[in-house]
Amino acid sequence: MTLREIVETLNATVYLGEERLNEEVTTAFASDLMSDVLTLKDTPMLITGLCNVQTIRTCDMATLDIVVFVRNKKPTADMVELAEDNDMVLIATSYSMFKTCGLLFDAGIQPLY
Amino acid sequence: MHQEYTVIEGDFTNAGTASSSVKKTLKQLGVAPQIVKRVVVALYEAEVNAIAHAYGGKVLVDIEADKIHMVVADKGPGIPDIAQAMQEGYSTARPEVRDMGFGAGMGLPNMKKNVDMLNVTSEVGVGTTVEMMVKFV
Repeated sequence: MTLREIVETLNATVYLGEERLNEEVTTAFASDLMSDVLTLKDTPMLITGLCNVQTIRTCDMATLDIVVFVRNKKPTADMVELAEDNDMVLIATSYSMFKTCGLLFDAGIQPLY
Repeated sequence: MHQEYTVIEGDFTNAGTASSSVKKTLKQLGVAPQIVKRVVVALYEAEVNAIAHAYGGKVLVDIEADKIHMVVADKGPGIPDIAQAMQEGYSTARPEVRDMGFGAGMGLPNMKKNVDMLNVTSEVGVGTTVEMMVKFV
């Protein structure tokens, strides 16, 4: 599934990384707990309701570069600036975590575990 | 190569500054990406701990040809029982720390998983020193 299809499926807004929307995404991980994100060996797309600078920092350390913010959370200017330094994609949707995961799973995005 | 960073109590906005800088240096030096990830995840966990639990501290990093040595030394309440703190799920984090996505009692265990050497020393009422080493090969 391409990032563009993900954006359409989630009726989402792209905050950063418009030029990467043709990239394919195969796996995703959903968590509000950054400690969990820091234990990942792979680099899936992150679906999260935690919207602060630490979300971006954690992704930088864990080498994740695509983030979907759920529940109408919008990344701040500070977050976008830091994410830009790391060539990340930031997307936000008004859908809940559950609905977001359900729609993407149904569309073929795979879990890590 | 020696690098030093200062950690300020409660300064979550800058949590990860040292790790981020170390990441850039290691990438420039051509260290393998999987090794870089192990180093920065462990250092970031230690940085977050120093900011969350202590009254500030220092991060000292020494990069050699075949390994990186990192020390995160804080002034703080110390850890009364290090074995207990090493247990996954044990946490004394404040609600603010949990709001940042941390405080699940996974920091020290995750550091241990990512490094080749971890040494935690602590004195109650004085502070905690976390020493870590990761080999590049």
